[in-house]
Amino acid sequence: MKTQLSKEDLLKAYRKMREIREFEDRVHVEFAKGTLPGFVHLYSGEEAVAVGVCEHLNDKDRIASTHRGHGHCIAKGVELEGMMAEIYGKKTGTCGGKGGSMHIADLDKGMMGANGIVGAGPPLIAGASLASKLRKDGSVGVVFFGDGASNQGTNFESMNLAVTLDLPMIFVLENNGYAESTSPKYSAKVGSENIADRARGFGMPAVTVDGNDFFAVYEAAGEAIERARKGGGPTFIECKTMRYFGHFEGDAQTYRPKDEVKNARANNCPLKRFADAVTSAGLVEAADIEAVDKEVLAQVDAAVKAAETAPQPDLDALMNDVYVSY
Amino acid sequence: MARKKIMFKDAINEAMRLEMERDESVIILGLDVAGSAGTEQERDSWGGVLGVTKGLYPLFPDRVIDTPISESAYVGAAVGASACGMRAVGELMFSDFMGVCFDQLYNQAAKFRYMFGGKAVTPVTIRTMIGAGFSAAAQHSQSPYSMFAHVPGLKSIIPSNPYDAKGLLAASIEDDDPCVFFEHKALYTMKGDVPEEHYTIPLGEANVVQEGKDVTIVALARMVQFAEKAAKKLAKDGIECTIIDPRTISPMDWNTIYSSVEKTGRLVVVDESYDLCGVASDICGHVSQNVFGALKAAPQMVTAPFTPTPFAANLEAAYLPDAKKIEAAVRKTME
Repeated sequence: MKTQLSKEDLLKAYRKMREIREFEDRVHVEFAKGTLPGFVHLYSGEEAVAVGVCEHLNDKDRIASTHRGHGHCIAKGVELEGMMAEIYGKKTGTCGGKGGSMHIADLDKGMMGANGIVGAGPPLIAGASLASKLRKDGSVGVVFFGDGASNQGTNFESMNLAVTLDLPMIFVLENNGYAESTSPKYSAKVGSENIADRARGFGMPAVTVDGNDFFAVYEAAGEAIERARKGGGPTFIECKTMRYFGHFEGDAQTYRPKDEVKNARANNCPLKRFADAVTSAGLVEAADIEAVDKEVLAQVDAAVKAAETAPQPDLDALMNDVYVSY
Repeated sequence: MARKKIMFKDAINEAMRLEMERDESVIILGLDVAGSAGTEQERDSWGGVLGVTKGLYPLFPDRVIDTPISESAYVGAAVGASACGMRAVGELMFSDFMGVCFDQLYNQAAKFRYMFGGKAVTPVTIRTMIGAGFSAAAQHSQSPYSMFAHVPGLKSIIPSNPYDAKGLLAASIEDDDPCVFFEHKALYTMKGDVPEEHYTIPLGEANVVQEGKDVTIVALARMVQFAEKAAKKLAKDGIECTIIDPRTISPMDWNTIYSSVEKTGRLVVVDESYDLCGVASDICGHVSQNVFGALKAAPQMVTAPFTPTPFAANLEAAYLPDAKKIEAAVRKTME
């Protein structure tokens, strides 16, 4: 394999992917115990997409996420402790416990929010990208959305707007094969296997990549982001990937072929593929990978313990922050 | 105030021009706001479908941005840009079109600050037309502001005259919360005294148009004129009316309404929209709950009937509240 990334960069990217995996797998376990409020949608299996894109971004670049947003938050640099506390509905959460899993946002990090509305992100990032363009500061906007959201009018309208206004915007489609439970076979017939072909029709570069291959995502995103930073307009990247859990926690997943996830975990796991590639190329030692795994495990464990014992929001938080002034 | 009276739509234009001069982060997004700025001869040809933004594009060519007819995308983009440090003014041509883009206000802009733990600031303003009276029928005549006012996190502003329009729009653009600014199309040509310089009118302060001891009339937008006409007629019979124009319905200036009803003991609310779950029923409900003891008669609502806006001129005239209907409602409270 060939890569421009240094050992330090590779380990940083791996650490982010491991943080996502560990965080999500742990939320899965904790949720099953019945101690977490609300409902959660987990990102395990799709790590290479969020990290492959966000490794190119800085805090000035904006992303918008989906209901399956934990991975994007972590990849964009949101602190794990705050996120875990938020999912527990605690005062110490990223949003003070008032948003929960589906609304984690950290604007200082350029993370404009997970979002409970499918297809809400593209217009918002069109606006963020417009702000970037008007400020001429070289920043970009990236919207993550799924194969389900790819059918929303907001997405089509935003592709047209991004091309029309020549926005520094990247559309990252996470095609995980299921719009909730419905396959793109039934929901996105585009006359092609690739939903990205639609984007080409809007007049922007569009590629389809193996979303479980960090390096494929990283390379495609790098090219798109560099073009956008230089005023070259929007790009569409379709990442074919797979989620390891249900649409939501508690989903019996009766719509999935038997062993689909088991086989994917064994043969197509983005973390394993990354680790195998970089160790067999001699770029990173296996011991370094193991050390990251251990550290992240401890970090997530500490985040859960802190969240469990953190205080609930004060009752006056109910009425706070509806407006700046009213 | 040496200059001549100017029109309501020019007051709105002036507010936007002054805000854009004062603050480089103010941008305008919408359909035809420049008017096909793509070619030289087309530049500024329209300036909005009724010319409200005319003249702004030549002054601020980078910041007056024509968009496709994609309300979800550009209203959402106005919201997104505003959450990233801009002060976007989005123009939703007719408020009737909110159905195609409401999520961007209702679930996005309105909720960011609360959901994100108080860290988001989204100073977006959406300007949009309301009002019947032009045989524009059921999809271009509505006044659906109560649907926006029903959403915590949004502010709803409804000017009734040129002076208020300029000051309230300036205040809306400068405000750090998402504002929806409703412009009654029948008022666009209304003339009034408007200072040339920049000024703002605080959001949430009602205007007491006139004071009278017998009845409190609360009226919005175009209905203020009708209320004034009715009050003149009633005054000849010795019935003296207070007229309150709330100017914003979220926030609502309850204190001004309550203290007036405490003096008059009678309330008539006039709204071009509907009584069911609307501004009129809301004001009657709040007054009944909070100053019930002051009431000498049942509060009255003068609203459109609960039907879509009809096309035929005679039906539309019957649909709209007018001075006669207001007069009858006032007399009913005096029985």
